[in-house]
Amino acid sequence: MNATTLAAAPAAPEAPLLEVRGLRMYFPVTEGLLGRKIGDVKAVDGIDFTVRRGETLGLVGESGCGKTTTGRCVLRLEKPTTGQIIFDGVDIASLGGKQLQALRQRIQVIFQDPYSSLNPRMTIGQIIAEPMFVHGIEPNATKRMERVRELLSVCGLNAGFAERYPHEMSGGQRQRVGIARALAMNPEFIVCDEPVSALDVSIQAQVVNLLEDLREKFGLTYLFIAHDLSVVRHLCQRVAVMYLGHIVEMADSDTLFDNPQHPYTRALLAAVPVPDPEVEQGREFRPVKGEVPSPMNPPSGCVFHPRCPIAVERCSQQAPQPREIAPGHMVACSEVKIAG
Amino acid sequence: MPALLEIQNLHTEFRTGAGTVNAVDGISYSVDAGETVAIVGESGSGKSVSALSILRLIPDPPGRITQGAVLFAGRDLMTLTEEQMRQVRGSDIGMVFQEPMTSLNPVLTIGRQITETLEQHRGVDRATAQKRAEELLGLVGIADPIRRLKQYPHQLSGGMRQRIMIAIALACDPKLIIADEPTTALDVTIQAQILELMKDLTHRLGIALIIITHNLGVVARYANRVNVMYAGRIVESGPAKAIYHTPRHPYTIALLRSVPRLDRPRQARLDPVEGQPPDLTRLDAGCSFRPRCRFAIAACAASRPGLQATSNSGQSAACFRADEIVALTGTTGIGVTGTGAALAGATA
Repeated sequence: MNATTLAAAPAAPEAPLLEVRGLRMYFPVTEGLLGRKIGDVKAVDGIDFTVRRGETLGLVGESGCGKTTTGRCVLRLEKPTTGQIIFDGVDIASLGGKQLQALRQRIQVIFQDPYSSLNPRMTIGQIIAEPMFVHGIEPNATKRMERVRELLSVCGLNAGFAERYPHEMSGGQRQRVGIARALAMNPEFIVCDEPVSALDVSIQAQVVNLLEDLREKFGLTYLFIAHDLSVVRHLCQRVAVMYLGHIVEMADSDTLFDNPQHPYTRALLAAVPVPDPEVEQGREFRPVKGEVPSPMNPPSGCVFHPRCPIAVERCSQQAPQPREIAPGHMVACSEVKIAG
Repeated sequence: MPALLEIQNLHTEFRTGAGTVNAVDGISYSVDAGETVAIVGESGSGKSVSALSILRLIPDPPGRITQGAVLFAGRDLMTLTEEQMRQVRGSDIGMVFQEPMTSLNPVLTIGRQITETLEQHRGVDRATAQKRAEELLGLVGIADPIRRLKQYPHQLSGGMRQRIMIAIALACDPKLIIADEPTTALDVTIQAQILELMKDLTHRLGIALIIITHNLGVVARYANRVNVMYAGRIVESGPAKAIYHTPRHPYTIALLRSVPRLDRPRQARLDPVEGQPPDLTRLDAGCSFRPRCRFAIAACAASRPGLQATSNSGQSAACFRADEIVALTGTTGIGVTGTGAALAGATA
C-alpha cells in the first residue's frame, strides 16, 4: 500500500466538503429525581460555516464556547438539536445506523489527550489495527499488521512500536499513535480536537509539522479545534472564532490575525503574549473585563455585550446578524464599520 | 545590596523504582527585592521541584534535598527547624499554585482560609482578620467581598479562585511570591487578567516574584530575568531581552525557534526540537541536551558543561560553544529568517 491508496478521491473543485447550516446543540438541564427539565445549556446556538476540500479550518475560543461540541456534532457523536451538516453533499445531521457507520470511515478524529484516548491494555499495533478490523477494511490479519507498520512509519514512529503499550511511550509518541489510528480508515476529513495542547513546546512543533505533512500527502481536510491561537495561525488557512455558542468572526487566517474586527477577537488576540520582550514592551494592553457568562442563561442581544468595550444600548436588545465586511471576512457585530 | 533570595547549588533527588532521579541537579540563582524572575522549562525539567525545594515542600520519601543552601534575607532556609520553616511559608514567602481547586480547602469558606493564614502568622484576632480579608479581596479585584468571603471554593470560577490564592499569598505582606504555573489551567483572557493583577500588585507592593512557566510569551511579557531549565539544570540565565534576542544555549535557541508566532504570517514549517526529552534515570556524564543538539562536538560527550558567563554581560550559558553560537547561528540570533539555513549549515 502506498500514498495513493490513502489519498482522497478528487472531487469537483469549489464544492465545500463540509457545510454546516444553522447548527444548534442544546443539552437539557434536569433537576430532581424525576429529571424535570429546567432549562437548556445552549452549547452551540446557530452557527454556519464551510470547510473546503484540502483546507484546514481553525475553530478557536475559550472553554465553554462550543468548539468541541461543534466538532462532536460533525463527527456525529452528538445528534444536533437542529441544523444541517452537509458532508460531501449529504446531510448527515440525522443519519443513523449503517449509514452512520459508513460515514465514520470518512470522518475521523484526533483527541487532545493521548493518555486517555488509547486503551492501556492494548498494544499500539492492536490499537491501530482495531478500527480496520471493525470496519472490515483489511480482514487479513497479516496484511493488517503490515498496514499498521506502514502507518507507524508514516507518522514518524519505528515499526517496533507496534509491540509496545501506551505507557511505554512519551506524550508526543502517543499522539502520533492517535494520528496513525485516525489514518487507518483512509479518512477524507479529520476533526482535530486540541491535538497538541497537552504536549510540551518542543514536541508540539513536531506534531504540528506532521499534521501539515499528512494533509498534503493524503489530501486531507481538517477541522482544527484549539485554544492556542499561535498554533492556529500557523496551521489554518481560515479561522472561525467562537464565543458562547456563536461564531463571532470568520476570515482567512492572516486577515483574522492582522486585522481582527470583532471586539472579542481583538480581546482574545491582545491577551496572548508574544515570545519577544521587545514586542511586548511596545504593546498597549488592557485585559478584557469579566468572565464568560453561563451558556444556560446567556445575555440578551449580543452575547458578548456585557464584556464588550464598544457596546451600545441596542447591543443588549438585538442579536447582531453575521455580516460580510470584506470578501470572505464575516463579523457578527453591529458596531463594526465596513471598511472603505 | 545582597539579593533577597539566593539559591546555591541546590540538589533534589527522587528515589523511584527505575532508579534515582536528580530532579534538580545543582542549580544556583538569585532574586533581588521587587524583581520578577522566570523559571522556564518543559515537563520534567525540574522547574516545579526547584520551587518546592525552596520552601522545603518536597515529600520525603521519595524526595530529598541532598545538597545546597537557600539564603532568604540572609538566613539559610535549609537549616531552619520545621516550626521556623512554617513561619516562613505563607508569611515571608507566599505561594500560588497551578490548580486553585486543589490548593484551596473545599470544606472551608474563602473567608476562613484567608483569616486562618492571618491568625496563624500574624496572631491577630478574628475581627481584625475579617477586616483584612475584605481588604485583600478588594485588592485582588473581587467585587462584593463580604458575600464572597462566605462562599466555598466550588462556588467560584477558576479565575476567581486564582484571585483568592493570590489574596492568601498576599495576606501577610510577603517579600517574595512563588507562582508555579499560576495561569496554565485558565483561559487566555482570564490568564491575562490574573497576570496583569500579579504584575500590578507585585510592582505596587514591592514584592519579588518567581514565576514558573512553560509559556515563553508569559515570560517575555512579565519577567525581568529568565532561567531556562533542562533536565534538572539551569542551562541559560540572564536578562529577558538578552535571552530572547541573543540566546547562547542551543536548547534556548531551539525552543524559541519551535514556537509559532501570533504576530507573524504563517511560515512553511515549524522548526521543532528534534528527538525526545531525556530519561532522567539514564543520564550519562555528558551534556544532557547533546542527543538533540545541532552543535554537539566530542567534548560534549565527555563532560557536562557548567553555567559560565558569556561574552554578553549578565548572561550565562551551560554550553562549551556558548561564545561560538553567535557566529554559528548568525549574529542576529533568533527571529530572523535565514537562521534556519545557518543552523543547517553548521551541522553539515
